[in-house]
Amino acid sequence: MKYGVDEHGYYGDFGGAYIPEMLYPNIEALRAQYLKVLDDDDFKAEYDQLLKDYVGRPSPLYHAKRYSEKYGANIFFKREDLNHTGSHKINNAIGQILLAERLGKKRIIAETGAGQHGVATATVCALKGLECVVYMGEIDMERQAPNVARMKMLGAKVVPATSGSKTLKDATNEALRDWIGNPEDTHYIIGSAVGPYPYPEMVAKFQSIISYETKKQLLEQTGNELPQYVLACVGGGSNAIGMFYNFLDDESVRLIAVEAAGKGVETGHSAATTSLGKEGVLHGTRTILMQTEDGQVVEPYSISAGLDYPGIGPQHAHLFKVNRAEYVSATDDEALNAGLLACQLEGIIPAIESAHALAHLEKMTFNPGDNVVICLSGRGDKDLDTYIKHFGY
Amino acid sequence: MNRLQTLFANKKSNLLSIYFTAGYPELNTTLDIAEALENAGADFLEIGFPYSDPVADGPTIQKSSEKALENGMTLNVLFKQLTQLRERVNIPVLLMGYINPIVQYGIERFCQKAAEVGVDGVIVPDLPIYEYEKLYADTFKQNNLSNIFLVTPNTSEERIRKIDGLSNSFIYLLSSSSITGSTLNVSTSIEDYYKRIKEMELANPTIIGFGISNNASYTKACEYANGAIVGSAFVKHLATDNYLQTIPGFIDNIRPKS
Repeated sequence: MKYGVDEHGYYGDFGGAYIPEMLYPNIEALRAQYLKVLDDDDFKAEYDQLLKDYVGRPSPLYHAKRYSEKYGANIFFKREDLNHTGSHKINNAIGQILLAERLGKKRIIAETGAGQHGVATATVCALKGLECVVYMGEIDMERQAPNVARMKMLGAKVVPATSGSKTLKDATNEALRDWIGNPEDTHYIIGSAVGPYPYPEMVAKFQSIISYETKKQLLEQTGNELPQYVLACVGGGSNAIGMFYNFLDDESVRLIAVEAAGKGVETGHSAATTSLGKEGVLHGTRTILMQTEDGQVVEPYSISAGLDYPGIGPQHAHLFKVNRAEYVSATDDEALNAGLLACQLEGIIPAIESAHALAHLEKMTFNPGDNVVICLSGRGDKDLDTYIKHFGY
Repeated sequence: MNRLQTLFANKKSNLLSIYFTAGYPELNTTLDIAEALENAGADFLEIGFPYSDPVADGPTIQKSSEKALENGMTLNVLFKQLTQLRERVNIPVLLMGYINPIVQYGIERFCQKAAEVGVDGVIVPDLPIYEYEKLYADTFKQNNLSNIFLVTPNTSEERIRKIDGLSNSFIYLLSSSSITGSTLNVSTSIEDYYKRIKEMELANPTIIGFGISNNASYTKACEYANGAIVGSAFVKHLATDNYLQTIPGFIDNIRPKS
């Protein structure tokens, strides 16, 4: 695969495993075994069955007729919002929990920002009867209270991260510290395509089901498996890498990743990593990172808690650097308006994360007959308060 | 030979190193603390440069880093302070910190500057072997800087041998697989680990760190290694009144004068 990972975990200049020695045995065991496990027939059978019967896959590829009329192209929504637990995160959580079981781990830890990954992890831990601890920034716990309650109902212990800026990046630090202290019985399920190798690659593989299904569905619906455009929102970038994965080598397909511009790229309240960041190392990976001149990580801002991560996954950093994918951004207001438009034109309340991808349609021009796929990575129930406050309902 | 290599050539046991975070509790006390530690008898020093996301550190050192950043500590500021290092301090000095500030400063510039001010080695917990060999080793060597690798109870013998081959001053043995500031728990398995390392007869000396906070843990560590490092316990000391004047007492509590 042209844009894939090399044997040391690098995508071009990005990736690797910048981890303290305390984590080396865990990461090495994972690296040595995850491919073997993923190729195992029992694993594949259980994974496929759970995706089908528990998650509800394949998720539909929905031809959005009123969107298509409005934008003058065939617009398709890949409906990850219809998955059990309401987002694409469940694809990865199930894959990693089955892997953890086969590695003999009894305890699962995770970090979460918006709560979708935490909910997905708590869900599969309940399904499998495994102990689950989710780290979440103290501020995010307040912003996403319903998801905190869901995780607790599912039996997870939710631990507030009280250090630093008390958001996702600090929850990730706390989860890594937990793993350092509990190397033998614990597996850390990272939710985005970030972290030390093999995480970015493993998460991408588990999420690649999104583009795998899309190709088949496009072929059935349009007679051609390749669209002209594929769009997805990007925080760390797990839904985007899953949406891009099986199109990466199809160079005719334009891949567009939409970051969160927050209040505007130049306002100092933004999470537009590729515009504002530069190369650096965070959470075990060399990537593009928002930081000060002195290399201190800058806390990003977005109205969407799922997009305010200061970096992007290393494969995205590579795709950006070699111009295989385009990285653009949408502001809070643009995303919220796009979310409302999806409600009004298609009867779908999208997660504010996904609404960022929808917002970019306003800035595009299409040729008649163009096929465009947008990943609707999650549903907007968790964001109702934000929508309500913004629009005054 | 750099000062670290000279030290280890001359003194084989009961070495004591102290870690502190530059810029904590005050921005401009780095050299005052270093000088006081040398006068109190420390054998070598680790000066930490702060990072916003120190995943290998516990709450004590993390808070000291946050405060140091608030105080305005940066690598630029630290190197300016260290231009007078060798006028005031003779013992070996290591810099300890995370890789991202080094990447931003520029690895070559960082190593040149460190060598210029008289730093002898570097400890970068999130820089594993592969990344060091591929991206950094040549620059470290050109500037006569020792890179210190960490070893934990879970590090395999094969990997320890590799680390020994890449080291040229000492190897940092973690007392447990944990973050800094955790309590040293001398269990049978930990003693087995220390014994296992000792029996490997490594080419490089070993120093035990993490969880060394008093005379008992220091003495225990010195039974199995060439010495020990005190970090979080000293950073806690820096939060007390008259911390400079009471440094001799702090050192005496760890390693009483014979």
